[in-house]
Amino acid sequence: MRATSSFLCTLSFLSALLLGASPVVAQSSTLEAVKKRGQLVCGVNTGLAGFGAPDDKGNWTGLDIDFCRAVAAAIFGDGTRVRFVPLNAKERFTALQTGEVDILSRNTTWTMSRDTSLGLNFVGILYFDGQAFMVRKSLGLKSADELKGASICVQSGTTNELNLADFFATRGLTYRPVVYERLVEVLGAYANGRCDAFTTDSSQLIAERTRLTDPEEHVMLPDLVSKEPLGPAVRQGDAQWSNIVRWTLFAIINAEELGVTQSNVEAQRSSSNPEIRRLLGTEGEYGKGLGLADDWAVSILSAVGNYGESFERNLGQGSPLKIARGRNALWKDGGLMYAPPVR
Amino acid sequence: MRISTAKSERSATPFETWGGKLRATLFPTLLQSVVSLVLMALIAHVAYAFIDWAFIRAVFTGSDGSACRVEGAGACWPFITHKMNLFLYGRYPEAELWRVHLTYGLALAGVVPLFVPGVPRKPAILAYVLLVFPLLAFILLSGGVLGLPLVRTDLWGGLLLTLVIATVGIAASFPLGILLALARRSELPFVRWTSTAYIELVRGVPLVTVLFMASVMLPLFLPPDVTIDKLLRALVGVALFSAAYLAEVVRGGLQAIPRGQYEAADALGLGYWRKMAFVILPQAIRLVIPGIVNSFIALFKDTSLVLIIGLFDLIGIVEQSVQADAKWSSPQTAATGYFFAAAVFWIFCFAMSRASAALETKLQVGARS
Repeated sequence: MRATSSFLCTLSFLSALLLGASPVVAQSSTLEAVKKRGQLVCGVNTGLAGFGAPDDKGNWTGLDIDFCRAVAAAIFGDGTRVRFVPLNAKERFTALQTGEVDILSRNTTWTMSRDTSLGLNFVGILYFDGQAFMVRKSLGLKSADELKGASICVQSGTTNELNLADFFATRGLTYRPVVYERLVEVLGAYANGRCDAFTTDSSQLIAERTRLTDPEEHVMLPDLVSKEPLGPAVRQGDAQWSNIVRWTLFAIINAEELGVTQSNVEAQRSSSNPEIRRLLGTEGEYGKGLGLADDWAVSILSAVGNYGESFERNLGQGSPLKIARGRNALWKDGGLMYAPPVR
Repeated sequence: MRISTAKSERSATPFETWGGKLRATLFPTLLQSVVSLVLMALIAHVAYAFIDWAFIRAVFTGSDGSACRVEGAGACWPFITHKMNLFLYGRYPEAELWRVHLTYGLALAGVVPLFVPGVPRKPAILAYVLLVFPLLAFILLSGGVLGLPLVRTDLWGGLLLTLVIATVGIAASFPLGILLALARRSELPFVRWTSTAYIELVRGVPLVTVLFMASVMLPLFLPPDVTIDKLLRALVGVALFSAAYLAEVVRGGLQAIPRGQYEAADALGLGYWRKMAFVILPQAIRLVIPGIVNSFIALFKDTSLVLIIGLFDLIGIVEQSVQADAKWSSPQTAATGYFFAAAVFWIFCFAMSRASAALETKLQVGARS
């Protein structure tokens, strides 16, 4: 995402080579190590609105942060037993690989090369992001296809710039890119009317929009230029750990589907719905398979609530960003959030 | 600009009134009057634009960014006041902040008497500042002993982190730099070569690269269970980096000392270390105080580069809040935040430069005969 100067690229490349060359560290159980330490260590963003950032008091908040707390709750029954390590884009994979962090929960796009050749595994998708366009409402545009001949502000050296070129090339449309090194400059140029549209990942675009004097005067076009599935990743080679993190994600999605929330989770333990009873450990011994207590999901939901609650609190109506659920709604509500059943 | 004749005329003019003084200094000739007027207009314009932004159009109250999202609003001060603790101490636990204040107090108690003339026992105070204080500061800030709860370094941030990195960097690089400078002028070839190679290598790479290596490459060479504290990595990087620059400044001083001084020390029968410690270095360092302070100010400002390895110094934490806290986002949040950071940096750098000027006056560096 971020523009990188070339020598940093070279260094990243060298470290990637070293990663590839060194055999994947044979892990003694990550779960045991975390339990022994008494704390989960979670790699997070150095600061991204709605996903991971400290509030006025310095407490970390965000969707990615909530997910770390959920995993900590599943293990310890206590969502506060987690330490956050802020990582920038260049050091994030090394930190996971070398064991500096147990989980990488840092709005990282799941791609094939990352999944297969960096010694790590993505466990699922926490947020379906994608590159989008923002334009002035007064232009009255309905779709990105109408941007023919438009000038478009974009950050240089990012995948956004490449995606933009691909998007217009495949449609045979002309456009004029207006590129800047830093995102704040891109926004400034757009605000001063130096371009007709501004493009970056949609979650970022919404955060940037709140910086404008008149956010209501700007709209996002419905077209998505790219797929950016963001999700947590773990080190390769520890199936149990990967299961715990994956099923933590599935638990918060299933809980939303079943209507189990932070406030009603205790009452729901005696629900008559067998799906809820299995999720909350009233029936069966599903926690055992993960090496956790059977009420693992109860701990998660008491700590952070279900996926929908976390989404609304950090990105949705409960936050300044007011992002609509869109693709991140449950599958039965027309979104893409779907989790396998607990049984 | 000023020519000598104008100067002599001016000194002949009696300054009876303020008006006369002003006229003599600002408007002695037509050309100088024009220059003065143009510059005054420029300064007034910039000053007005600043006052207009910082006070007249500024927003002073509010509990989130919406208060500042007003057409034509100036600085967004509530953003600073609400985040003041975060900017000054990072995420250091609120209940433990007294430890930071006590550390600052102990530092001032040592440093201020050093600059006040007439205070007795300066060597003892210097020993406290260099030997006792660092230990006390470490115990107080980090804790984990004497019943003080442990505060992990990843909770340190803001101005506190800036000061920690700058102080440790300065304290560690100064002796190291002197040793390197001496080594580079050593008569032992191997010592000389090693020192030269080190200095040239370090001066040949940017600090960003050193920090980046320390944070990304170093862990790859360590056993999987060993992780070195991130702050420690940064401190070592900054100190080693700064030492190379300081070595060259000190070497300049060493070379400026006349040969006679070396020979005189030899003639007195002083050994190498005594010669350096009592004769050469006191004179050499006195000569290069401006260069040394220059290096220290550069180091102080370079501390903000630790952002690249995920440590949040003052600039880092302001940037983080500006970029990532949607609650406070408004068109002026960024400008206000960066202005605040710049003002704090300026205060510290200006204080350092004043302290250096005072030291020079005391040692009469300019008046060397």
